[in-house]
Amino acid sequence: MQEYLIVLLTATTAGFLNRIILLRRDYRQYPTYPHGQLTHLALGFIAASLGAVAVVAIAKPDFVAVTFLVLAAQEFREIRNMERETLGKLEENKLITRGTDYIEGIARVFEARNYMVIFTALVTGAVVQILSWPYAFIAGPLAILASLQFMSGKVIGDIAEIQAAKLSFSGSMLKVEDVFIMNVGMPKVREKILREGMGVLIKPKDDNARITLDSPGQRQAIIHDAVAILGTKVDINEPDLMPIVRKQIDQGYLALYIVASEPDLDFLIEIIKRVPVIESSQGAALKAYYGRKAAD
Amino acid sequence: MEIKINEMILAIVTLNDTLVSGGGCPVFKAADEEEQQKTSLYLAKILGGMVHDLENGIYLVCRH
Repeated sequence: MQEYLIVLLTATTAGFLNRIILLRRDYRQYPTYPHGQLTHLALGFIAASLGAVAVVAIAKPDFVAVTFLVLAAQEFREIRNMERETLGKLEENKLITRGTDYIEGIARVFEARNYMVIFTALVTGAVVQILSWPYAFIAGPLAILASLQFMSGKVIGDIAEIQAAKLSFSGSMLKVEDVFIMNVGMPKVREKILREGMGVLIKPKDDNARITLDSPGQRQAIIHDAVAILGTKVDINEPDLMPIVRKQIDQGYLALYIVASEPDLDFLIEIIKRVPVIESSQGAALKAYYGRKAAD
Repeated sequence: MEIKINEMILAIVTLNDTLVSGGGCPVFKAADEEEQQKTSLYLAKILGGMVHDLENGIYLVCRH
């Protein structure tokens, strides 16, 4: 029992540590809301112990136990549903929504994180079982680093150039550079938009990026993150100042218009650069033969 | 769950009533631009819509 205890202890600790590291809370209330953290830490602990017990079960060997563990791992699929449901419900009462694409992305990441925890515990446990316990201090951090690397996705800054742009009106039509945004009727609102509004152009670097940025889900994610940090002057039943992203249909770049509570253009650009590229929106035109041909 | 109809014209405020006819929403006549803007603003606030300008003396209050 003693030898297994060390395997269990080190592997569970490494896995749990991984979950804690992956659960940093940031400005988007993402990965989760404060009380959700406890739920996820608890599930992370279960995942870590699953990985740890798997090593012991194989070492013993008790293959029936291993089969049961595989069954237990299926439970983590529920996490995706749980997260999707919670975030989806909260959308109804948000002024600026995340959009279903963003939520789906978040939910998937949550599920995947638990598998990374199982992986970390498994690797650490196996190393301790085969070699000895001091190696846990090498294997654990390495597995955690690997999962951090694996879980970090692309951001908008990688796929597009972001530039400041000028807001203007032609008659009652609001424009960001040459992109029409919307028709604004009230002269006072027009003045306010020109005074406090900010405009940004998001220019895709290649054809993949263009398709990614085309997706309404990706655009909503950009708006959501910008508003989550800089705030917005939109209120219930006051749609005039709603942030909008529209495409320049011929050139394929996006124009963002926002009236933020903190009108700071430089930071807006930095924020947009850090918006994650939504998995389900990712374009892959250049992976196709004809996509590459058509691109030039 | 609340259900709303979006992309709908809620009211029209016009300086020139020969340009508007029929339709499914109330039409308000205004004597001058100042009154037109005021009426549109009030309607927009009351109805939770947004004011659009057709630039021919017609303002729409529209819900998006």
